[in-house]
Amino acid sequence: MGVELHKDLLSSIGVDVERHAKMMGMGLAGYQTGFMSQPNRPKAMAYFDWFMSEIQAERIAEINALKAQKKPAVGTFCIFVPEEIVVGAGGACFGLCGGANPPIADAETELPRNICPLIKSAYGFKLQHTCAYTQSADFIYGETTCEAKKKTWELLGKHHPVHVMNIPHMKREKDLKMWQEEIKEFKEHIEEVTEKKLSLQEMLNGVKLINAKRDAMKRLDTLRGMHPDIMPISGKDALFISQMSFLDDPKRFTQKVNELCDELDERIKEKVSVFPENTPRIMVLGTPIAPPNWKLHTAVEGSGACIINEEGCIGHRYFKDNVDIEGVTDEDELYARLMKRYSKIDCACFTPNTGRTDKIVQMYKDRKADGVIYYTLSFCHTYNVESHLVTEALAKEGIPCLVIESDYSPEDAGQIKTRVEAFLESITFKQKAEAFANK
Amino acid sequence: MFWGVDIGSTYTKIIGIGREKEITHHVVIPTIFNQDVIVGEYLKDKEVKMLVATGYGRHMLGDSHGAPVISEIKAHAKGAYFFHNEVKTVIDLGGQDSKVIKMGDDGGFTDFRMNDKCAAGTGKFLEIAANRLGLDMQTFAKAGFDATKELTISSMCAVFAESEVISLIAKKESLANICYGVHESIASRLASMAKKFVVKENDCIVFTGGGALNPFLHHMLELKLERKILIPAHPQLIGAVGAALSGFEVVQ
Repeated sequence: MGVELHKDLLSSIGVDVERHAKMMGMGLAGYQTGFMSQPNRPKAMAYFDWFMSEIQAERIAEINALKAQKKPAVGTFCIFVPEEIVVGAGGACFGLCGGANPPIADAETELPRNICPLIKSAYGFKLQHTCAYTQSADFIYGETTCEAKKKTWELLGKHHPVHVMNIPHMKREKDLKMWQEEIKEFKEHIEEVTEKKLSLQEMLNGVKLINAKRDAMKRLDTLRGMHPDIMPISGKDALFISQMSFLDDPKRFTQKVNELCDELDERIKEKVSVFPENTPRIMVLGTPIAPPNWKLHTAVEGSGACIINEEGCIGHRYFKDNVDIEGVTDEDELYARLMKRYSKIDCACFTPNTGRTDKIVQMYKDRKADGVIYYTLSFCHTYNVESHLVTEALAKEGIPCLVIESDYSPEDAGQIKTRVEAFLESITFKQKAEAFANK
Repeated sequence: MFWGVDIGSTYTKIIGIGREKEITHHVVIPTIFNQDVIVGEYLKDKEVKMLVATGYGRHMLGDSHGAPVISEIKAHAKGAYFFHNEVKTVIDLGGQDSKVIKMGDDGGFTDFRMNDKCAAGTGKFLEIAANRLGLDMQTFAKAGFDATKELTISSMCAVFAESEVISLIAKKESLANICYGVHESIASRLASMAKKFVVKENDCIVFTGGGALNPFLHHMLELKLERKILIPAHPQLIGAVGAALSGFEVVQ
């Protein structure tokens, strides 16, 4: 296995090798039973299966090889990071571990219990030294998108270098102006790490790479969700790819996603679906679903439905917008364009955030979905509160919606399954009644 | 015979109905280990034309007996509709969860809410509190009528709510007053879930599940929702009845 091969490297960057190997073993076993056993998977998933086996091994070696050349390695928890700048500097920008339950008990020795599991999990991984990405990061990129996070950075800073970017919570002109300055400062911080000036051309190259990555992911999103009678890939596999978009080398990842999309194109032509006809097609909204949090998708796809889209940050919100670099000739103009792109993110940390609700209704119509699950992590106040506004709007449109609040612990899997099954029953009942009425 | 089995977290309910949808058999047994075997044992010498499972253990019976399964939501909707076809909202209080179901006009449901991953709004909490006060369920479920004070228990977690009960005991609050507080806290949780759906003033609400056997809880719920709330003949068996009926409908 990959981890075994890179034991020395992992140990040299401070990973608790034994514990890490044990956790990876559990993760891989979970992946094998949950993913590899799915019927009729696209052949191109083989690459992503390989990536999973090397997720905390070969990929870590690649990142550390970049570091050896004085390229930046930036760990993040949020899609507000201008990764174009990091990639433009030849470095790696990656999401840090924060989707697993086991480290939470350790985190709770320092953090309160009633904050979101993502923060606790990530913090626990740092305390345990069991995430090779965290250990590889020159610095952790923190932001101010919620109360729990912004205070946690102060604690996390005692264990690892942290750079905090101030993300405004409103989008007025003065807020955006400040935001643009933050982007510039982020770039300067990267220059400090690399001890090298970053040129406009380098940054533009970074933008091109990431734009291409987002294009590929948009393509995948369209292929999986826009054909009501064919589901060429399972929601679980597609979610996994979204999750890996935060870890893999962007150039290789883009190529592999496009190869997969070519195959899915063929599947759509040949009407190859991984689910039977009339399988309810569900959109998932809400908080990020970080690996290995596959609980919701497992419950839904194990109950006879298919997930065709994730609206969240690990999903559509991440790749929906590109940076327009047409005619950019100076750095300030580039920062303005980056700010423009990043300010389109409809995170629930903003007030107001009405654009998100309108977008969701439109996405639902575009995909001709059958229902919506609003998934929120416990204690994620912004998304949780906003769920009321979103579900109200959905009800007005007559869109079936189920709200699920959960964390990473396994004990509510049964309750979630009950809710999902009942929700699907109500959808299929509606389908049947409609078919009957139309007869 | 058409059988419905509702394997809940605390009790397993078995219902048999005949050709005229008449209830011919009903049993309630505690849920323990290997419940599917126990159910199989009960049905061994019975005529089984159809068997439908619901409740937390439904998939267990589905796996071992090949029984089709329906969710508790659908089962309770169907069962409540069978007894009161004017029902618009079903409130169900079970051992490990509580749910509010919004009904369509034809016995199907259109929406539902369930408690979060927490025992405070469930039958389990009533059990814990009764134990803590050293009362059997029947005494506990009536004591609140004699309350002289409107105590409230505000914690959103059963464990902390239990501590609140303990501190009330330490303050020498009367049994009746504490019973009132415990029931009040559950009733207000159920009522706030129900208020999401109960739209019209005269909409019929049906209360089901083991919780509906509790007269003081019923009373508090009526106070909170400001209307009469119906309880069917066998509130605890409604899920099993719904399961049996859904099998009946397919075969007939």
